[in-house]
Amino acid sequence: MPLSSRHLLGLQGVPKEDIQLILDTATTFREVLERPIKKVPTLQGKTICNLFFENSTRTRLSFELAQKRLSADTINFTKSGSSASKGETFKDTVKNIEAMKVDMIVVRHESSGVPHYLTRISNANIINAGDGRHEHPTQALLDMYSIRERLGKIDGLKVCIVGDIAHSRVALSNIYGLISLGAKVSLCGPATMIPKDIQRLGVTITHNIDEAIANNDVLNVLRIQLERKAGTNIPTLREYHNYFGITSERIKKNNPDVLILHPGPINRGVELSSEVADGPFQIILDQVTNGVAIRMAVLYLLGTRP
Amino acid sequence: MKSLFKGLNLLDPEQNLNLQADLLIEDGIIKSIGDINQKEIQDCEVFDFTGMYCVPGLFDMHVHLREPGREDEETVQTGCNAAAAGGFTGVACMPNTSPAIDSAEVINLILGKAKNHLVDVFPVGAVTSGRKGEGLAPIFELVEAGAVAFSDDGTVVKTSSILRSAMEYCLMFGSTIIEHCEDESMADGAMNESFTSTQLGLPSIPTIAEDIIVARDILVAEYTGGKIHIAHISSKKSVELVREAKKKGIKVTCEVTPHHFSLNDEYVKNFDTNYKMNPPLRTQADVEAMIEGLKDGTIDCIASDHAPHSIEEKEMEFIYAPNGIIGLETQLALVISELYLKKHLTLPQIVEKLSINPRKILGLNIPKISEGENANLTIFDPAKIWTIDINQFKSKSRNSPFDKKLVTGKSIAVINKGKMYFENSFRLV
Repeated sequence: MPLSSRHLLGLQGVPKEDIQLILDTATTFREVLERPIKKVPTLQGKTICNLFFENSTRTRLSFELAQKRLSADTINFTKSGSSASKGETFKDTVKNIEAMKVDMIVVRHESSGVPHYLTRISNANIINAGDGRHEHPTQALLDMYSIRERLGKIDGLKVCIVGDIAHSRVALSNIYGLISLGAKVSLCGPATMIPKDIQRLGVTITHNIDEAIANNDVLNVLRIQLERKAGTNIPTLREYHNYFGITSERIKKNNPDVLILHPGPINRGVELSSEVADGPFQIILDQVTNGVAIRMAVLYLLGTRP
Repeated sequence: MKSLFKGLNLLDPEQNLNLQADLLIEDGIIKSIGDINQKEIQDCEVFDFTGMYCVPGLFDMHVHLREPGREDEETVQTGCNAAAAGGFTGVACMPNTSPAIDSAEVINLILGKAKNHLVDVFPVGAVTSGRKGEGLAPIFELVEAGAVAFSDDGTVVKTSSILRSAMEYCLMFGSTIIEHCEDESMADGAMNESFTSTQLGLPSIPTIAEDIIVARDILVAEYTGGKIHIAHISSKKSVELVREAKKKGIKVTCEVTPHHFSLNDEYVKNFDTNYKMNPPLRTQADVEAMIEGLKDGTIDCIASDHAPHSIEEKEMEFIYAPNGIIGLETQLALVISELYLKKHLTLPQIVEKLSINPRKILGLNIPKISEGENANLTIFDPAKIWTIDINQFKSKSRNSPFDKKLVTGKSIAVINKGKMYFENSFRLV
């Protein structure tokens, strides 16, 4: 059964069956990654462009590796800032790349909606690798895959997303995906980092990190962006760490069974103490490995879709 | 030159005129009104306008003509053509040109370009030099050159102290300050702050960014006794603030755009930049408050905030795209479709909000449908059903979210300064 859409723009509104299909397909590719020869010929002859308008290391590397593992031809385009300021419009850039006969485009951009706009000006399959503070669907898929791998299911689990929800693209995708698969989702962070009316998505909110640890099976801890202007959302990183940071003391006191995820890169001593980042509660590096398998699954399902 | 218009519904609420009659115009003057037999008049062009409404020429008090500076997007000429096509005989143009309208030279340039056009153009001067919010623009000089009001539109008058100075200075002329209400410290966003912005992950602008400045300006107007006009009001709370201020007798007026009474922020969901404007599209509750404000008279008039942008500028990543849409050629249809057909406003109320009130706010002469008067008229068909097509626009720009929309109500002709615009061309009357 193919995916219901020829693009992956986000997880909002994506049918549960599609999410499950991606996760199940990733299981197959995850096994490939353990082989001595980690390459399959599935997307041979397909050309994929990684169109990154914003700095990204791990997502771009992960996509590129997934493409190479599937034997696709890969080209990379990296540019930061407004396209107009660089003399060529976004549309012209895309048209030029498409003229090189590209089958799929993986796009990362600081403006929400760019992948959606791309579907209107390009015929390629579009995969959203993160748009503004909107969605980052493959990150949420790999998070769900990693949770399922560790705990055996998603349905009925209690998952809390911790941190700067308002400026995160990971949070929304996780909320949509997790709720779709039957998890109970809550959010924990300073009130200034919780966007307006987000409860209407079916999530609950707490500002107490001890409660969040105690009441959940999984914590997906978001990165606090150090580059954000100090004092606008939180007074200091120190205060954030003291009241929302996750430490082994807090875990041991509240819930030693809790599972910690983090999309990276980690700010040690801010959202996670070093002890937690390296400790037994977390699966941060598993997430990175699984990310390659998830991206292989997405590329494969879209690239071979009839 | 004589022109006879047969079968008009003459509607002039200022004179309590609501009459089915013929109209004879000679050399731009209304010669006679009544049952006129065309056989009795020699050398006369006859137009059968049975069932059409004839009202004092419509006036749009908030347009951006982009000249000088961005003649690739609009010029005085093309903007006036768009106004004529949309049913307007007069416009007030905003000072955020390049250079800004902050000297007599720029006013003279605009008035010179508009001189021979059917459409009257009234420049709005900048409140502060270069619209920078620092020192007052030479307001005396600008009034003398023809500025009809003052605004830093595009941006707010930056400080309360310069606003107070401007309002006090304007007391000498009775001029109104037109304010773009936006607290810049909380307005760094691409859409309205709401559940929708949360879902779309777009940086957002809360309604309080508007409300805070509306409240400030009302207080400054009360304190100074000056006149403030709130441009493009869009939030429910702001309408409440204006309503209360009017009750207290504070000299505050306001306008709303067709997009703010007809579209809500859920239209942003497809990331089409033609739905990106400032103030942003608000929630449905705000849209309903706009209609309520129009009905009870809190909102005095309707203006388009006609804001031409080039295709390459507008067709961009959402957060980078400029704000604004064009509106001169869609405004009347949206007013009739959304307000008249839905029974929110009567035709006389619409004439007040699109013709009489904007001129009153700016202190301009109000055209009368009366024998001996200059013919400054709009003739429209409130029942005409048509499809908006951006490629038919006379404006130089195409940035409209209403393309392909089926609407009711269309301007048939405008008459002013002895000229008539009818069926895509100008002629003498």
